[in-house]
Amino acid sequence: MEVMKQVVEFFSPFYILMLAAFLGYEIISRVPVILHTPLMSGTNFVHGIVVVGAMVALGQAQTGTEQFWGFIAVLMGAGNAVGGFFVTERMLEMFKSSKGQEK
Amino acid sequence: MGYLIESIYFVAAVLFIIGLKRMSHPTTARNGILWAGYGMVVATVVTFVHPQIHGNYVLMIIAIAIGSAVAWWFAKKVAMTAMPQMIAIYNGMGGGAAAAIAAVELIKNHADPADAPATSTLIMAVAGALIGSVAFSGSVVAFGKLQELKFFKDDAKFRFTGQQKVNAIIFAAAAVLGLIIAISHSSNGALIAVFFLLALIFGAMMALPIGGADMPVVIALFNAFTGLAVALEGFVLNNSAMIIAGIIVGSSGTLLTLMMAKAMNRSVANVLFSNWAALGSGEAQAVTGSLKPMEPPDAAIQMAYAAKVIIVPGYGMAVAQAQHKIWEMCKLLIERGATVKFAIHPVAGRMPGHMNVLLAEAGVPYDLIFDMEEINEEFPTADVALVIGANDVVNPAARNDKSSPIYGMPILNVDHAKNVQVIKRGKGVGFAGIENALFFADNTRMVYGDAQKVAAALIQGIKDLG
Repeated sequence: MEVMKQVVEFFSPFYILMLAAFLGYEIISRVPVILHTPLMSGTNFVHGIVVVGAMVALGQAQTGTEQFWGFIAVLMGAGNAVGGFFVTERMLEMFKSSKGQEK
Repeated sequence: MGYLIESIYFVAAVLFIIGLKRMSHPTTARNGILWAGYGMVVATVVTFVHPQIHGNYVLMIIAIAIGSAVAWWFAKKVAMTAMPQMIAIYNGMGGGAAAAIAAVELIKNHADPADAPATSTLIMAVAGALIGSVAFSGSVVAFGKLQELKFFKDDAKFRFTGQQKVNAIIFAAAAVLGLIIAISHSSNGALIAVFFLLALIFGAMMALPIGGADMPVVIALFNAFTGLAVALEGFVLNNSAMIIAGIIVGSSGTLLTLMMAKAMNRSVANVLFSNWAALGSGEAQAVTGSLKPMEPPDAAIQMAYAAKVIIVPGYGMAVAQAQHKIWEMCKLLIERGATVKFAIHPVAGRMPGHMNVLLAEAGVPYDLIFDMEEINEEFPTADVALVIGANDVVNPAARNDKSSPIYGMPILNVDHAKNVQVIKRGKGVGFAGIENALFFADNTRMVYGDAQKVAAALIQGIKDLG
């Protein structure tokens, strides 16, 4: 049983990798061309999650050099997340239907 | 605490997926970004109590405050035409952040055996650092090119013989150095600095010789790179939210890159390793006929009595900021009972979909906007097709001239319309540097002038008819 558990643990990242990769592919393949730029911007926002890792990295930093690079990481990660969000939101804000039903 | 954080990350990942899914349809798109936004906020907030964080809270808050404020300011302020370069720069920041995380992990003292990471972990950190650095410097170059900064403007000056070999050597050197660092568990500052420097140089070298018009493909590719780098650093930090979000962006970004390249009738390798100048192989067919100019008042009359008008906008329209005037004109035509549709070529604007955003900004409802496949068959039924600031995407040479550099590229069948009006600044050739047979066709009239002024004149002309 113990061996089996280890094997499953070894393989689980690969399952996550495969499923997430297919999911990303599926989401994009059904998008109409008119939304390509906003969606690219949206995916750009989603990888802003890097800010979370940057916070952890900075939180563990001890020496000055580590603190410096951790600081840079958080700075740029936050820029990615916030900038990506508002750029995407501004673009999507404009999509309206001529029937006047804004949703 | 671990359970709390993991469950919140799980929720964040679900929110990202729902958000992206909703972003894939125009009616739910706006709402989608909000879903993803909530995911980001909860994930960030909960990270403050992450058990692996031992301090530096003040630095963390300062960095988040500065990064967010600056990014927010520019994202709100920048004009819609400049959106592609904003995406490029924010993407570069993500890549840079991933690389900087790797830097922190690598320069840590691994002397304490209890705390020492596995070699496989370090290899992933190094791979993420390499990809993230390339995405960072490449995106910065892409930003410079789209912003039309002087230094980046001349693509040709960055091309030299044996360029690909030099690039390959730089990449190989960076990769080998990275492997050495990972396998030897080295935290030698100089070695790590050289590694990052090489990676950054490679990214810049990759993007520098590529022309501005090919940049969308390159940005999409760097977007996918950043996703991958984030996922790799996610494995290093054991952070499931980063892993899932990173891989989704990596795969969707790759697909988007391929789709964009396909719309431009070029392979990704072709965009990265060659340039337009090298493509125009044979002599292009001579164009016969003459350019027939038309004054705006006459054009307005033709337009006003058309039952069906198809507008074909190009980036030239956006540069002239004519989309508002054009839409105003279309509203007049609709009031007169005409059917008005907008036809968008996949590479109109600077990115697929960019033109749609620009039209949306002007207030054009998205259900009047059609993709090339949807509308190409309708051109024969159109009384007037109005081409504004578009050229190569309506060039029939792509259909019938095998020697043309754009041969095989899907185009809008504007030449099938009963009448064609082309608003054009002057008589110059298009971006690909080739004559456009459409402009010389019997049913085509050229309306010369600044797109915004011509549009204003057309509006006046239509109004004068009462």
